[in-house]
Amino acid sequence: MSLSSKHLLGLYGVPKEDIQTILDTATTFREVLERPIKKVPTLQGKTVVNLFYESSTRTRISFELAQKRLSADTVNFSKAGSSTSKGETFKDTVKNIEAMKIDMIVVRHSSAGVPHYLTKITNANIINAGDGRHEHPTQALLDMYSIREKMGKLEGLKICIVGDIAHSRVALSNIFGLKTMGAEVSVCGPATMIPKGIEKLGVNVLHDIDKAIAGHDVLNVLRIQLERAAGSSIPSLREYHNFFGITAERIENNNKDILILHPGPINRGVELSSDVADGPYQVILDQVTNGVAIRMAVLYLLGTMN
Amino acid sequence: MKILLKNVNVIDPSGNIEGTKDILIEDGTISEIENSLGSIPVDETFNFSGKYVSPGFYDMHVHLREPGREDEETVVTGSNAAAAGGFTGIACMPNTDPAIDSAEVINLINQKAAGHLVDVNPIGAVTLGRKGETLAPMAELVEAGAVAFSDDGVAVKTAAILRNALEYSQMYNKPVIEHCEDESLAGGSMNEGITSTMLGLPPVPSVAEDLTVMRDILMVEYTGGRVHIAHISTKNAVELVRQAKKKGLNITAEVTPHHFTLTEEQLKSFDTNFKMNPPLRSQSDVKAIIEGLKDGTIDCIASDHAPHSPEEKDMEFTLAPNGIIGLETQLGLALTELVHKGHISLKQMVEKFAVNPRKILNLPVPRIKKGEKANLTIFDPDEVWTVDISKFKSKSKNSPFDKRLLTGKSVAVINNYKMFYKDEFFEI
Repeated sequence: MSLSSKHLLGLYGVPKEDIQTILDTATTFREVLERPIKKVPTLQGKTVVNLFYESSTRTRISFELAQKRLSADTVNFSKAGSSTSKGETFKDTVKNIEAMKIDMIVVRHSSAGVPHYLTKITNANIINAGDGRHEHPTQALLDMYSIREKMGKLEGLKICIVGDIAHSRVALSNIFGLKTMGAEVSVCGPATMIPKGIEKLGVNVLHDIDKAIAGHDVLNVLRIQLERAAGSSIPSLREYHNFFGITAERIENNNKDILILHPGPINRGVELSSDVADGPYQVILDQVTNGVAIRMAVLYLLGTMN
Repeated sequence: MKILLKNVNVIDPSGNIEGTKDILIEDGTISEIENSLGSIPVDETFNFSGKYVSPGFYDMHVHLREPGREDEETVVTGSNAAAAGGFTGIACMPNTDPAIDSAEVINLINQKAAGHLVDVNPIGAVTLGRKGETLAPMAELVEAGAVAFSDDGVAVKTAAILRNALEYSQMYNKPVIEHCEDESLAGGSMNEGITSTMLGLPPVPSVAEDLTVMRDILMVEYTGGRVHIAHISTKNAVELVRQAKKKGLNITAEVTPHHFTLTEEQLKSFDTNFKMNPPLRSQSDVKAIIEGLKDGTIDCIASDHAPHSPEEKDMEFTLAPNGIIGLETQLGLALTELVHKGHISLKQMVEKFAVNPRKILNLPVPRIKKGEKANLTIFDPDEVWTVDISKFKSKSKNSPFDKRLLTGKSVAVINNYKMFYKDEFFEI
């Protein structure tokens, strides 16, 4: 089993076989995570740098644990904001890190395209851990893994992504990945949160949350960025919750078989009410566990390619 | 000194000389134009058989980085790039540091440009520091040599300032050159549409340009002033200018070679050399621009030559500055993309490069005529060449056209008693 690219920059254009390989490999590692000793020697001697130019708790810890469980050496580099604000350029920083003989870079950055840029300035394997509002492929892979785990398949499922699609890297990676795997994908949110031309990607656009719940097998509910959205793209968080928030009542009225995913962190009382966030329809913490397995799979598949 | 240009095809849209001629230039002045001037003793003869000669080309939208960023371009290196690209005159934009908002800065540029083959005409800022608050001393700037006014990089900030600028500049018959972009919609990294959605890059909608074009047209109608739309890039803006011209309003427009050659699709590479403002637009915008060039809605072609240092462009996409250089590729792109594809004739191209920009700026249009000072561009429309940024005269190399195959190239330029030919300047 091997992948067709030495990097994971996004899910756009990634062939079905590759996604299948990653999901299947993750199943093996998922089993490792249940053992008393959760460590395998697979990436012994490999050095991975987690290059985080934007704050992240869960994704970074998830990657770091995945690396440690594969016995890789890991280094964390965090820097808020831009590389150009003071002193060293991003390129120089990366060149310096590469000179210390590293094998892989996991990168998160607020500027879309930074993982692609890295492939031009280093020889390391690049894994995108989120670039701007572009892609977050490992999140989409763990979402797909979690859906497959619960529903037994992806092909033919009706999946709706709910929330601020325009500013979401999770949405785009899910759309690309799920479409490739044969799912039917919709997006639902206020019109100001739906990016221009999205229907050209072959997704349906909805503005009615009840219809979204009623007409789909899975809802992937995105986090509303409190600091950014209220007052600009939506009038208020209260109005958002009243018209787009997922509540147990809405689920019970529309579709009791629905599966709810959320990439976290949750805003309780905004996109999900607490009775949904803690209730029987969601798999939010399973997603987190699966995230480690998915990242182990990606690190393993890319790290052992050559 | 006497030089003879032999067997060269003359294109002079404002004159009546046509066909293959021999042109004798004595001490920088055209002294004879005949079908054949075989037996005259001269210092040098250039056989320009198969080449064309036209009035010298003029680029009315160039960013020289002097004063302020001489590491990126100076008045002299920018002028050298202009000469190499086939241009005998350029107008330079005021977004220098300090901005061109005082006679002192104009004097500095004039001093640096003195004695060069290429004429350099500064454009003054509309407002002090281009901040959109206080009118720059426009009369003083005109007196020092400003040929137009612009806050380029941004539009004139408010309708109130624009109104005053148009009324004031009318006294001197100078246009206000507008970078049309609504400030509240600005700030994105690329054109809004399916491509920006797929790339996750922050978008700027085309309507940001259209709104300001509309505002400016209405303000021209109200004040009787004159606006030149810089780097027009949207379908709607082209149509707005077309309608304004039909109404007889004082509106003119230019387009850059990248906006008639490239589309937003290029951004998929995340190459910062495709990042400019206005951004690359869609195929339907390119089509509308070509229609606008054909029917005269778009008066001229200008490079928006914007030099940036390698370290500034070689970075994260959203953080990199906008703009590309264009002086040394624009003639080749116009010939390849417009003339050879049959969209415009050679004569139309010469009008857009040599005649219209000077008319807009009230500068004398050079003529190919006995007794006139020689201000000429000689070009070969059929020479096939590959762009090589390492050979550019410009101090900066930020071009998306590196390694592109083009058909058509400048051969020589003559102006101010000098000639540039085969990579060298010499007195004639």
